[in-house]
Amino acid sequence: MSRPTPLREVHESLGATLTDFAGWLMPLRYGSESAEHNAVRTAAGLFDLSHMGEIFVTGPQAGEALDHALIGHLSALEPGRARYTMICAADGGVLDDLIVYRLAAEEFLVVANASNYPKVAAELTERSADFDAEVEDRSDQYALVAVQGPRSQEILATLTDADLPSLKYYAGLPATVAGVKALIARTGYTGEDGFELFVAAGDAVTLWQELTKAGDAYGLRPAGLSARDTLRLEAGMPLYGNELNAGLTPFDAGLGRVVRFDKPGDFVGRAALAPLKDIPPRRRLTGLVARGRRVPRHGYPVVRLTDGTVVGEVTSGAPSQSLGKPIAMAYVDTDVSEGLAVDIRGSHEPVDVVDLPFYRRSK
Amino acid sequence: MSSIPEELSYTKEHEWIAGLEDGITVTVGITAYAAESLGDVVFVQLPEAGATVEAGDAVGEVESTKSVSDIYAPVSGEVIEVNQVVVDDPSLVNSDPYGDGWLFRVRVQDTPEDLLSAEEYATVTTADS
Repeated sequence: MSRPTPLREVHESLGATLTDFAGWLMPLRYGSESAEHNAVRTAAGLFDLSHMGEIFVTGPQAGEALDHALIGHLSALEPGRARYTMICAADGGVLDDLIVYRLAAEEFLVVANASNYPKVAAELTERSADFDAEVEDRSDQYALVAVQGPRSQEILATLTDADLPSLKYYAGLPATVAGVKALIARTGYTGEDGFELFVAAGDAVTLWQELTKAGDAYGLRPAGLSARDTLRLEAGMPLYGNELNAGLTPFDAGLGRVVRFDKPGDFVGRAALAPLKDIPPRRRLTGLVARGRRVPRHGYPVVRLTDGTVVGEVTSGAPSQSLGKPIAMAYVDTDVSEGLAVDIRGSHEPVDVVDLPFYRRSK
Repeated sequence: MSSIPEELSYTKEHEWIAGLEDGITVTVGITAYAAESLGDVVFVQLPEAGATVEAGDAVGEVESTKSVSDIYAPVSGEVIEVNQVVVDDPSLVNSDPYGDGWLFRVRVQDTPEDLLSAEEYATVTTADS
């Protein structure tokens, strides 16, 4: 059985199509996913992300424990700021990609993907054993609601006294929103300005309903996983299980900059990752735009148009609202950049190689 | 609850067939239930006019934001017309699945025995959900 989020009844009352996602019963869409996607690009969208994991690492050596457990330099993070980082296996493979918030000198919040957080919590506990730090998986106690889109700050400002204009991208601020305690984070996964609100599970419905009321005049609409996926794909953001997995290192994914060899002490994965730093990878993650209307999807082979030789594989693909054409991310051999096609169920459909991201918001 | 017009016949693969009783030419589409399940349809590929199809064959595909599904021929015969309007504007499959969103017409040579009535098809959609 899929686990419901605290907002299940709200989703049902909105007529959501619910789907199993990583063991959770999640809203896929409420009506038209294209309309939800466009609302986030032009106004704002409201997302239930309660399937994400919230793991707290606390104590005098919490920063050092995370420096050892993750590939980032978390002890250097200022309280109130956040970082995108990863947890790797000893062989360098990516176990999950994470956002880590430093809430206080001795308190960190690690946000992990729904499919991975039990594993991440177990690894963090094991890797912190030699440090004066406590690891606690509080995912069950938290709900996560996101407001994303160009109008999101105006909407949120009607419900909180927090100083939103001063809140930087990748920063978090404890505050009261609609009368409930929340951590307001200026983070997101859509390519738009926006906020992610961590609240107690029991406050999720109140927060959602107040946001819905406040957002009505601004064009806010609830948005499901389907819109979330097309938004993040246009923004060129990796998805664990698609662009990232335990068989790939951060360097394979073109995210070598996330590995911080300059931090003090050893970290899990260093020995395996260090030699890869200067070796050009065999394949690179690239953007593809289809010339036709058929959609390259996850797992489809990328081939050379001339002879059909397989030179890569699609990791994510979807029709793009912003470009009006199907787009995809794919790992493609570094020595080919043109004359490509995607094998779409036996037919070689020509694609053009483009830089990521496909969509960048205007400032 | 999506609509299931009573006068149509259905397959358990979620195609509808209109005009079956006249025994000569039928119109084929996909049901409102299928269209809703797929999400926003962005691409439709149809068989060519003149093609001979066998009931049960995959003869086209309908692609949405999140997935792609085969279209099966519900009857055997010759494709005599395809709906170019829906090829140009696939969203008609969502907005008008039993009307402007029709897919193709077949001159029937053989009708399989396992087509469903509206009532029988309703039980298929209930079992799915």
